[in-house]
Amino acid sequence: MPELLQIEHIRKTFPGVIALDDVSFTVATGEIHTILGENGAGKSTLMNVLTGLYHPDSGKMCLDGTEVHFTSPRDSLACGIGMVHQHFMLVPAHSVFENILLALDKVPLLYNRKQYQQKIQKIIDTFELDLDLDTEVWKLSIGAQQWIELIKLLLRDCRLLILDEPTAVLTPQETDRLFRVLRLLQEQGKSIIFISHKMREVVEISDRVTVLKKGRSISTLDRGSFDREILAGLMIGQDKIPEWQKNLQMSENIVLDIRNLSVRNDRGLADLDQVSLQLKEGEILGIAGIAGNGQKALAEALTGLKPVTRGKIFAGEVDITHSTARSSYISGIAHIPEDRKSIGIAPDLDVADNLIMKSYKNPLFRRGFFQNRGAIRRNAEDKVSRFAIKTGPDGSPVRYLSGGNIQKVIIARELSENPRVLVALYPTRGLDIGSAEYIHKVIVEGAGRGMSTILIAEDLDELLKLSDRIAVMFRGRIIGYADPRRTTREEIGLMMSGERQDQAS
Amino acid sequence: MVEILLDATVRAGTPILFATLGAILNERAGIINLGIEGLMLIGALAGFAGTFYSGSLLIGVLCAFIAAFVAGSIHALITVPLRGNQIVSGLALTMFGIGVTALFGRGMVGETIVGLERIALPGLSQLPIVGRALFQQDLLIYISFILVFLIWFFLYRTRIGLGLRTVGENPAAADTCGISVSLYRFLAVTTGAGLVGIGGAYLSLAMTPMWIENMSAGRGWIAVALVIFSGWSSHRAMLGAYLFGGITAMQLRFQAIGTDISTHILQMLPYIFTILVLVVSTIRLQKGSSQQPQGLGQPYDREDRK
Ligand SMILES: Nc1ncnc2c1ncn2[C@@H]1O[C@H](COP(=O)(O)OP(=O)(O)OP(=O)(O)O)[C@@H](O)[C@H]1O
Ligand SMILES: [Mg+2]
Repeated sequence: MPELLQIEHIRKTFPGVIALDDVSFTVATGEIHTILGENGAGKSTLMNVLTGLYHPDSGKMCLDGTEVHFTSPRDSLACGIGMVHQHFMLVPAHSVFENILLALDKVPLLYNRKQYQQKIQKIIDTFELDLDLDTEVWKLSIGAQQWIELIKLLLRDCRLLILDEPTAVLTPQETDRLFRVLRLLQEQGKSIIFISHKMREVVEISDRVTVLKKGRSISTLDRGSFDREILAGLMIGQDKIPEWQKNLQMSENIVLDIRNLSVRNDRGLADLDQVSLQLKEGEILGIAGIAGNGQKALAEALTGLKPVTRGKIFAGEVDITHSTARSSYISGIAHIPEDRKSIGIAPDLDVADNLIMKSYKNPLFRRGFFQNRGAIRRNAEDKVSRFAIKTGPDGSPVRYLSGGNIQKVIIARELSENPRVLVALYPTRGLDIGSAEYIHKVIVEGAGRGMSTILIAEDLDELLKLSDRIAVMFRGRIIGYADPRRTTREEIGLMMSGERQDQAS
Repeated sequence: MVEILLDATVRAGTPILFATLGAILNERAGIINLGIEGLMLIGALAGFAGTFYSGSLLIGVLCAFIAAFVAGSIHALITVPLRGNQIVSGLALTMFGIGVTALFGRGMVGETIVGLERIALPGLSQLPIVGRALFQQDLLIYISFILVFLIWFFLYRTRIGLGLRTVGENPAAADTCGISVSLYRFLAVTTGAGLVGIGGAYLSLAMTPMWIENMSAGRGWIAVALVIFSGWSSHRAMLGAYLFGGITAMQLRFQAIGTDISTHILQMLPYIFTILVLVVSTIRLQKGSSQQPQGLGQPYDREDRK
């Protein structure tokens, strides 16, 4: 296969951080090339260099054998390189149509609205997506937003498509659909750079894999010479994957009792329809379901972020149905939200401040009227090393961290005050396997100490491995329970699509 | 009576309308401009001087546009490529405008010109009640009507308008689509400033055809408030500007017929109105139903993560 893109000795530093040290690799025409690496290894930075968003400090880039220097994304687009960014490049206030139109090439100043709407609608239909062109993007789920980004890319005629963790927010079914599209593009001779932390996907789709570690490309493997273990070994190196053991004994104490809970969404429809649930002390209750079937509403109602329309929530004896976010935290419910950038962190504050955001009133971090900066810093150091958070120089804003590391900051903060109940939405989304395993360990160990968890996840393997019980949600209801020791992925899959009811309660 | 009041409303509202439209163009691109007051003064003086020396009102208007365009490019330079603080730069521009027009305007004080004339549109101007206010006006007023529509059309129906709104909402998204954020922002700031300049020229060419030091008298600040009131949309800017114009017209009327109310209080009315507008629109903003561009006030640096 002829090489389309050659990258040689790319180096990129930010004040106080070496994001890319020395990276070299090549992408062939018609190839799907995966870049694999831990959180903060420099994958997104590398892709931003390829598209001209970042200027490398040094190194060389050749396209079709001739050296190129991109000074802006405009240059790379002109050369046929397009990218879906890990953090979406969408305008929430604009409609789906406007977001897509903006990405199109050669739109005349006065465009024919109808004609472009039809053009875009056609591609939406080929993917069997349920997207209304006139809806504003902020109203859509993260999965739907991901598809908009993909459509933006596909409508441009690119030779090289870069996808930075596109599957992190897709359901397994959607991922399959995306992979079919990618294979089709490959047949048309397009090249694809793919990034994912999910080994199953990487092994399935890649022709070649380049492993990035601490800003260096350490090796490139061809199809056939890699499997999950080999890749994981390369990526993590000497560091060991944390091990944990599940505790099988559970108390019969009910810590959270949800009775006939209903929640309406912004459009007045029922997001949550008469859901009843009981959570035992130390239990890990998995919630399976295709995104958008009420999981998020459940989490937001429990944590006081969304008003409850009907029904009651009891924490022990206390009625917390109408408590606000802060009081629900005091009563011991912690929350790992889905959208980490907008509600999970304060982007301009540093890691230390983000870590104490929920416990700034704790006497530990106070000295009378003032903050105890020493204690706050020590707390940060402790969390950063325990959760292996890769941070920049002290005091730099948390928004500079890589996607996975931001997720770790949130988790570290939420678990810091030993909550009684943890409501976690997709907690390991975007985390590398080592980090994901560490989070699993923390949740299971918490359960051992009596922390109960509502674990909302898309990854069935994760649910099966961690949960004591799995509830399946469909159209805002719990349509049944499954016992993770006896059920299979397929059975849960059927329940998720609403085709099968109760298995064992 | 109503006819005359409506007519005065439109005339008093027009300078503010131009200024508000200019400011909307700035803020739609994500740049806050607190230099409106200064730009209006620069436009007023340049418009007057241009007309005075050339004898042509059209050249005067053009001078106002160009002078404000150039002054606006200082703000654009500081805030776009240099990524300076937009608030500070805007305030400096206002102070610069007040000072520079006081200095260079000395020679113009006391001079007179023939102001803009009314052009009656045949037929329409005979309509009852609104005929005089809408169809028996000067050219700049007709232009302002068209501009309200044009700006809406530009923002919502053209590709470049979509690009401009994107630059104001999420510059990184625009950048990754190949749009030059700096170019869009720079041109939006300067062109907007030019419109503000025409608003200023309306004061010195039509309302009172002479140059008076500091003749904008706070109208630039009212425009800044109206941007928020309008929710960054041009037709609501028109509503806001005429509301303000109406109150001004009314208080002048009261003064003319003579009431027991002190003139000081009457003269305060438009400004009290501004404060009310700000309170109401701020409450609306906080309720989340805002149209405020999300990238407003934030310099764009490609290598900085958001
Ligand atoms: N604009 C920036 N300013 C400062 N530091 C940055 C910037 N962009 C990236 N970094 C730093 O560079 C390093 C690599 O980040 P990058 O986002 O490339 O990681 P990644 O491999 O994509 O990780 P993840 O899997 O979590 O997405 C991180 O330490 C990050 O903090
Ligand atoms: Mg990344």
